[in-house]
Amino acid sequence: MKLVRYFPVAAESIVANKMRAGLTMLGVIIGVAAVLTALGVGRGASADILGEVASQGTTRLTISPQTGNDGNGSPVQPLTMGDVIALSNPAFHPDVRQVVPQYGASAQLVAGDENTQARVTGTTTAYAEVHRLELAEGRFLTEDEITQMRNVIVIGTTVAEDLFGRTQVVGESLRIEGEPFTVVGVLEESGNAGFGSNDENGFIPIGAAQGRIFNVSRFRGEYVVTSISADAASEERVEAAERQIEQTLRLRRGLGADDDNDFNISTQASLLDTLNSITSTLTLMLSSIAAISLVVGGIGIMNIMLVSVTERTREIGLRKALGAHTNDVLLQFLVESLVLTSLGGLFGIAISYGVALLVSRIPSFPVNILIEIDALIMALGVSAGCGVIFGLYPAMRATSLNPIEALRYE
Amino acid sequence: MADASALIEIQDLTKVYQMGDTSLPALAGVSLSIDEGEYVAIVGASGSGKSTLMNMIGLLDRPTDGVYQIRGQRADGLTGRELADLRNREIGFVFQQFNLLARAPAWRQVELPLFYAGVARSASRQRALEALAQVGLDDRADHKPEELSGGQQQRVAIARALVNRPSLLLADEPTGALDTRTSEEVMALFEKLHEEGLTLVIITHDQEVADRARRVMTMRDGAIISDSRSAAAAASHRGSNGMKEPALAPLPRPAALEPTEVKVYEVG
Repeated sequence: MKLVRYFPVAAESIVANKMRAGLTMLGVIIGVAAVLTALGVGRGASADILGEVASQGTTRLTISPQTGNDGNGSPVQPLTMGDVIALSNPAFHPDVRQVVPQYGASAQLVAGDENTQARVTGTTTAYAEVHRLELAEGRFLTEDEITQMRNVIVIGTTVAEDLFGRTQVVGESLRIEGEPFTVVGVLEESGNAGFGSNDENGFIPIGAAQGRIFNVSRFRGEYVVTSISADAASEERVEAAERQIEQTLRLRRGLGADDDNDFNISTQASLLDTLNSITSTLTLMLSSIAAISLVVGGIGIMNIMLVSVTERTREIGLRKALGAHTNDVLLQFLVESLVLTSLGGLFGIAISYGVALLVSRIPSFPVNILIEIDALIMALGVSAGCGVIFGLYPAMRATSLNPIEALRYE
Repeated sequence: MADASALIEIQDLTKVYQMGDTSLPALAGVSLSIDEGEYVAIVGASGSGKSTLMNMIGLLDRPTDGVYQIRGQRADGLTGRELADLRNREIGFVFQQFNLLARAPAWRQVELPLFYAGVARSASRQRALEALAQVGLDDRADHKPEELSGGQQQRVAIARALVNRPSLLLADEPTGALDTRTSEEVMALFEKLHEEGLTLVIITHDQEVADRARRVMTMRDGAIISDSRSAAAAASHRGSNGMKEPALAPLPRPAALEPTEVKVYEVG
């Protein structure tokens, strides 16, 4: 209540020294804008990635072999088609709806005089459903094509562009390792080069990959796969599905009760967790760097307030002579610094909003800047806090002035 | 001298400044009494202790020893807060350098003591305008210091000193920064305020200024060496407690305050 009385005094002092006030605020303005923008970039990127992951479904599990310590990253014990067949048994895996083998490797694709390097994955029909693939053109691999190991391929848009200079290429032919393949489908462009993009991939029947294109090795008589995707019957049954898959694989690999898994099962949920922790670490790092500028800005405030106290020594002496209490002087300067930094905070918020708006207008900019209400409240709180912390020392200096000497100060 | 009705009562006041190991005595046992309505000048060369005495009378500093009473209230033992309130209520200060706030309009300057007295802003503006009218500057209420002459600035400062209706107006070299003409403006105002019954104490080394007062105290080496009243003042001092009927005539405008003849003041 009483504090309110000092606001007009602070406002007058700020208006009377617009230039000085502006320069003082600059540090806080830049600091707040930097923190908010950094935070916004982190959150924007995080939201983009999470959206991407969520769009690929939350029921998927990915099983991959654990790689050994031999230095070349080859699995201790690979996953095989035998595992795929075992996991496909619904009696032991009631919560698993689909099991999809994948064998992927880099290969050269040739069409006429053009060639390009792409990641070619041998898989089955269910891959499209489990990985939520959208087709721009044609269709995905059919059951018949899988069982008959036909030389057909579904390609991403970048591959199509590189080989044919266009994306309407269903029916065209291309060669992989000398083998002719017919394009039966083109995938929808993912639009970004980031996480989960299939633009530079090709998909062929798994039998064709194993038997003809890649020299796929066998393990205990079964073809090796690079990974297996599984789809749980529903989001609530992901955990159950994970346990069932784990059980089967441990049994097949002859792991004892005390042995650790020599394979990994990752769910979309665990992937989300990992991504979240990466983005929040990044955000924290960016914000910390930006926060340094806020501290520098705060020190700037303290500096100017100290100058201001010296400059206004006579004013302080006068106020004391006229009956100002020590508290009056302290509060006057504290409120002034509080008003300065809060104003700076508001300007900083405005600038970060401007930057976010500007960035959203640039289509090629990779991330959106997401400024949320809690970040705004934090920014205002921190700038007001800066005002109090960095204004306190100058204000105390002002109160300690002796009115007689202060009045005589030239 | 020591009658209970005195506004200011000082007995054996000493002030010794401690500078490391050396003691600098500034006041060596001053006793004085100022009644309500008196117009007093305290004169003396620099170093005579008159500024120290002013700080004591103005409650800006504490004495080393001795008794100070204002309206019968002893000032020793008061906290800094109580002293500030007492200053705010009882004493109006006028300084040589005016000490106005930069870039604030006149009425805001005048309002300042009321802010610290806790007067609501709505009421304080009205009182500030009244005080400005008292010094003949009601038409300059919205002017900033840089838009006012030196004499007008000092009159704004005097309005500020008057706004909380103090018992005592304490002026420290009030004409020290003014030229002859504007000095006269301020001295005429003091004369008027004295006639309205205000108690005035002016610290000066300007004999012309001192001559306008009804009572002159001369200081040397931290002591009052002479204290003389003019004949008229002595008569009125005996007659009553010094209060007079307020002057009924309205205050002349600044133009009318200008002296008709040029006076030359000796400064020294």
